[in-house]
Amino acid sequence: MLEVVLRRLVQAVGVVFVLSLVSFVGVYKIGDPVQLLAHESATEQEIAAARERLGLDRPIHEQYAAFVGRMAVGDFGTSFVSSRPVVDVIVERLPATIELTLAAFLISVAFGLPLGILAGLYPQSPMSNAIMAGSILGFSLPAFWFGMMMIMLFSVELGWLPSIGRGETVTVLGAQWAVFSRDGWAHLLMPALMLSLTTLSLVIRLVAAGMREAMMADYVKFARLKGLSERRVVLLHALKNVMIPVVTVLGLEIGSLLAGSIVTETVFAYPGIGKLLIDSINRLDRPVIVTYLILIVLFFVVINLIVDLIYTALDPRVRDSLR
Amino acid sequence: MRAAGDPDRPLARFWREFCRGRLAVAGLVATVLLVAAAVLAPVIAPQDPYDLAEIDFLDGELPPMSTGGAGQTYWLGTDAQGRDMLSAILYGLRASFAVAFSASALALAAGTTLGLVAAYAGGRLDAAIMRLAEIQMSFPAILLALMLLAIFGRGIDKTIIALALVQWAFYARTVRGAAIAERTKEYVLACRLLQLPRWRILVLHLLPNVLPPLLVIASVQLASAITLEATLSFLGLGLPLTEPSLGLLIANGFDHILSGQGWISVYPGLALLFVIVSVNLLADRLREMSNPRLKR
Repeated sequence: MLEVVLRRLVQAVGVVFVLSLVSFVGVYKIGDPVQLLAHESATEQEIAAARERLGLDRPIHEQYAAFVGRMAVGDFGTSFVSSRPVVDVIVERLPATIELTLAAFLISVAFGLPLGILAGLYPQSPMSNAIMAGSILGFSLPAFWFGMMMIMLFSVELGWLPSIGRGETVTVLGAQWAVFSRDGWAHLLMPALMLSLTTLSLVIRLVAAGMREAMMADYVKFARLKGLSERRVVLLHALKNVMIPVVTVLGLEIGSLLAGSIVTETVFAYPGIGKLLIDSINRLDRPVIVTYLILIVLFFVVINLIVDLIYTALDPRVRDSLR
Repeated sequence: MRAAGDPDRPLARFWREFCRGRLAVAGLVATVLLVAAAVLAPVIAPQDPYDLAEIDFLDGELPPMSTGGAGQTYWLGTDAQGRDMLSAILYGLRASFAVAFSASALALAAGTTLGLVAAYAGGRLDAAIMRLAEIQMSFPAILLALMLLAIFGRGIDKTIIALALVQWAFYARTVRGAAIAERTKEYVLACRLLQLPRWRILVLHLLPNVLPPLLVIASVQLASAITLEATLSFLGLGLPLTEPSLGLLIANGFDHILSGQGWISVYPGLALLFVIVSVNLLADRLREMSNPRLKR
């Protein structure tokens, strides 16, 4: 077990190193931010001075070394656009993305599990067909278009929900949270629905397929023969086995949701880190792009590591093979 | 060996089983029609939406079914520049399909080759290729594609490469797994006894036998490539403005939603949805057919 963890850790560190290098070199090869940021009337000298001040006149390996050195002490540089520390810019936007991702995750589980169980238990019923058709639609609907259509219906036509931004926020523990205000909830609802679309469909399909298979399995037949109530058979014996792959996928889905939040936040002009990334790409704000990419790579590596370990702990077959 | 002309040929059997899923047949028919519409777009579209001589600025933002200045009917309305939306959608379909098919073909070729090489070589090369595939698959496709395009910049060729780079691993893993499973079967042993060269066994004997799972992956990945391209273009990172795909058309209509001209993004979106549903219905059936656990 320890050996597996160690091997995974070494691999994770390698991935972070390689991807940080790739994103640094890649991002620093695109465009000249000084040209883009400089005032129209800026002279050649002023531009050269700005380039020197930002360290853009040095060779790329020196820039990378300086970057890693600063990163090691927690300094991710200064945003070219807002002239503020990148860490501050990202951290102040983080609560919005955390709220959005968590809300979408909860919607997916809260609706996905029961719908999936129902569809899996009665595969021939019209209800099951409707649920499964809905999940195919959910997979197929381009999420960004779904979001736009919700804006069209609920914001433009009906005027029920706000279409832009995060609404009123409340300061808790030094961060701005929207979930503590009614207005914040109104702003969160549509983005969270849009973001949950794919994950919800995935959970429904996984649980339904798992249930369908589990109900035909011998251990379920045996549990029934023992005279256990149908409820106990389904919710305890069958669901337990169905949940093993579902938990793994759900863990990985947190990452997908985070990636999806980039699109969701763009549609709803939701001020999280995903919108920050797209804005930074458009404005060639290199320090922000690179920091975002490195942080997200780190996040994914950690998530994958945790999911791997949980999976190992949950599945007795894998666990025992490691003993 | 079955005799030629036997009604129970694998292909005929496959086709008959496929047709048992009625929705899938509808999906297949719709996909074929959509591809035909995309290929024939220059012929069947009422106007060339990117020929400025054919566009009348005075016809801008007309709702669906309106009549234009020259007496023509705009079935799906026009955009802010007076472009016929139906024509724009047909051309957009063309761009979307072109990118998705190219990217899927590239990913299929690269993934299959790498998968076969991994199965063939074994050892360190195998481990390296599969580790790479594993790392690639641990990131969501949209995130990787977005990172790549943020670095490359937008463009048709760049989008195709980015999509292929986020999809090759699915093929590589499937091919490698299937090739290794097939390796111990009798027909491969027979080939070995005949002392056929290994590449020949791999390409001519193993490859045809791993095609069914590849077909499933390819159909799923095609739908995913279409969605990915649309999303990237929507974010302004995919296709350039000069080659609008359905995603770009939807993005163009986004600004008009709040002012009530919803049709500019509704119809391209419906077209996109129709494409993806059709391909997914197909893919779903293929996957169902390849899952032996549901055949009881």
